[in-house]
Amino acid sequence: MAVTGGAMFLFVIGHMAGNLKVLFGPEAFNEHPKWLRSIGEGLLGHGGFVWIARVGLLLSLVLHMTAAIQLARRARTARPARYQHRRPVQGSYAARTMRWGGVIIALFLVYHLMDLTAGWLNPVGDLENPYGNVTADFRHWYVSLTYAVAIVTLGFHIRHGVWSALQTLGASNGARQRVLRGVALGVAVAICAGFLAVPFSVLTGLVK
Amino acid sequence: MRLTLRVWRQAGPDEDGRLVDYAVDDVSPDMSFLEMLDVLNERLVLDGEEPIAFDHDCREGICGMCGMMINGVAHGPERATTTCQLHMRHFSDGDVVVIEPWRARAFPVIRDLVVDRGAFDRIIEAGGYITAPTGSAPDAHAIPIPKPDADKAFEAAACIGCGACVAACPNGSGMLFTAAKATHLGLLPQGQPERHSRAVDMLATHDALDFGGCTNAGECAPACPKGIPLESIARLNRDVLRATVSGAHKPR
Repeated sequence: MAVTGGAMFLFVIGHMAGNLKVLFGPEAFNEHPKWLRSIGEGLLGHGGFVWIARVGLLLSLVLHMTAAIQLARRARTARPARYQHRRPVQGSYAARTMRWGGVIIALFLVYHLMDLTAGWLNPVGDLENPYGNVTADFRHWYVSLTYAVAIVTLGFHIRHGVWSALQTLGASNGARQRVLRGVALGVAVAICAGFLAVPFSVLTGLVK
Repeated sequence: MRLTLRVWRQAGPDEDGRLVDYAVDDVSPDMSFLEMLDVLNERLVLDGEEPIAFDHDCREGICGMCGMMINGVAHGPERATTTCQLHMRHFSDGDVVVIEPWRARAFPVIRDLVVDRGAFDRIIEAGGYITAPTGSAPDAHAIPIPKPDADKAFEAAACIGCGACVAACPNGSGMLFTAAKATHLGLLPQGQPERHSRAVDMLATHDALDFGGCTNAGECAPACPKGIPLESIARLNRDVLRATVSGAHKPR
């Protein structure tokens, strides 16, 4: 969970950075996918890097979900009789919503790929003009709302995920624990803000 | 104080259980939780009913025998307090108190509130020992131990094996217990020869006993009557990771 989650976490950071180019206008934003495809072109061929990343991410996603399902099944086996009266004592909201949050993110991912990668569900759907697709999307309030819900869910997932991964990989100790929790929260908030900046700019007219 | 106790009654391991209400009058705020159950049991015996079975031994918070879910919280509402050290002054007149046994596949209910925690003994058998010369006791301080290590090891050694971590865990995982035992020996020089095999073997035994997997949900440490910190789990993970990457747990 920690390793595959970490790989996808790095992708999310890169994705967010790419998205923010929308603030610099259509040329900068539309140039970004072209640049991505040109990475290591000499060795990998045009678009080779993108395909390697896609395979790696798909593999991470499958392994991440497999591990999550195994953990959920083990948890169910470990407590066949439930408590009649149960109250969560301490665990954070983020920790308690990891599983359902993951399902919501996975569903959003399917929609997101059909919308902006394949263009099927996009009002414009011009793959040569991602800037047009994105701005057309977010002018609809329901697209922006869906996006915002998914991003906040992702934020909660990352808030517990980053900390939990560091704990699983043994990076945390008594002195560092509080700092690492703070780092996880800070990173989650920063990622949420970075992603939500795009629909916010479109809706407020900062990006036309 | 008058309280209504809603207690899990189960006649045997394979019987169906249910919650039964008992009205208890004149509860003194100075009573411990177990003393209140004693009073109720005396009344039940006089009435010719079966008393409520619950585990207890030292009643001073160091043996790890007592433990029950009190209103959905392991060992009740007080932090770092075993059920026997929980006093009735933390409840109010007229409260309804739900009392259930630990619930985990690895801890089958024997009767009422008594569960079999033998699974913890299996984990201890897998690595809770050190290679030590037998014979007369060695001189104290013959082996220098850094004070911070000694403090951390002692903190982990405070684990009484009551099972509250498993009971509180949403995954039914026994990682806090396993981590406490591995930390206790793994931080001391005497525990080094088996440090990596201990971590790997105890975790493998833990998993084989149908405890759930740890997702760092963080419910266990606040429920622990001895305040074993969550960082112990990171320490166990670190040893397991190092062992599996380097093969340090296998003979060279």
